[in-house]
Amino acid sequence: MAGTAVSGRRVIWRVGTVVAFHDETATARTITLEIPDWPGHVSGQHVDVRLTAPDGYSAARSYSIASAPNSEGRVEITVERLLDGEVSPYLTQELAVTDRLELRGPIGGWFVWTPRQTEPVQLIAGGSGIVPLMSMIRSRAAVGSTAPFRLLYSVREPGAVFYRDELQLGADHSHCVGITYAYTRVAPKNWPRTPGRIDPALIASATWPSNLAPTCYVCGPTSFVETAAGLLAAAGHSPDKIKTERFGPTGDRK
Amino acid sequence: MSSHAYDYLDGNAAAGELSKIFAVDLTAAEGQCAHCGAKKHFAEAHLYTQAPGIVARCPVCEEVLLRLVSVHHHVFLDMRGMTYLCLDTTQLQESSRE
Repeated sequence: MAGTAVSGRRVIWRVGTVVAFHDETATARTITLEIPDWPGHVSGQHVDVRLTAPDGYSAARSYSIASAPNSEGRVEITVERLLDGEVSPYLTQELAVTDRLELRGPIGGWFVWTPRQTEPVQLIAGGSGIVPLMSMIRSRAAVGSTAPFRLLYSVREPGAVFYRDELQLGADHSHCVGITYAYTRVAPKNWPRTPGRIDPALIASATWPSNLAPTCYVCGPTSFVETAAGLLAAAGHSPDKIKTERFGPTGDRK
Repeated sequence: MSSHAYDYLDGNAAAGELSKIFAVDLTAAEGQCAHCGAKKHFAEAHLYTQAPGIVARCPVCEEVLLRLVSVHHHVFLDMRGMTYLCLDTTQLQESSRE
């Protein structure tokens, strides 16, 4: 736990103003918020968002921060719309620019990456689990870190990939992040791998070997995280080097 | 082994609620399970939220580590499943300097 950089300021509810949207896929939207008294965050942290109805009923959900740390009080979250969701349909369909949102954060000091870390990093995302890992990729790029990064991104189909253009651009740079997509249902034409879940062969070919002692960050639905963390352990990675964050079975965190 | 139904989250998802009580982040804190003796970060605990409150269980033996229930203006916190919890107080020193 040494070396985690976390603000010592108390975590309190704050009010942010929506300043922009960007649709990542047909069902996922990135929301940019401006929060005047935001204390800053570290990549990997999340916020709790609270909606309150006129009758006082309130519901809160956790969303990972997608943006890199910055000093402008800007926070981006990417929200996947769940059909039976209580909060995500509102956030992705009804929320408008200039609307205000209640949020609590930044939260979490364990599933984080800071530019002080120079060791190799293996990122493994399942679906919307890419969000906090994208913050790490963006943070690395923003400070010009040369920490060797690899990303294994398991996703249902090409149309479900978040941040596609930005990931592609980053992959073309020097000191690039090595990216491997693993499609579970539908792959692009002539894709070398048959669609399916991640497996030992994919871990062996697409991730850092354990003798490089990378720090591994695994994020996604619980079943995905258990599978991926198990494969990493079987490939020889120390449990101490595998950090995990689980979403609910539907991608909803509570 | 862990349960087969993946109906749990992890300690990361409890951090927001716990921040109402603790002045420092709990996810990075190391704790020891009072049942099996496993030492893990709180972030690694299995978290069950389909309850009146939240229940954190040991990822190794699945026994209860912590229960947190909010009722009106009171919070009930039961931590008998943990022998100890080691918190990083440098966060507090940072905040007291501000």
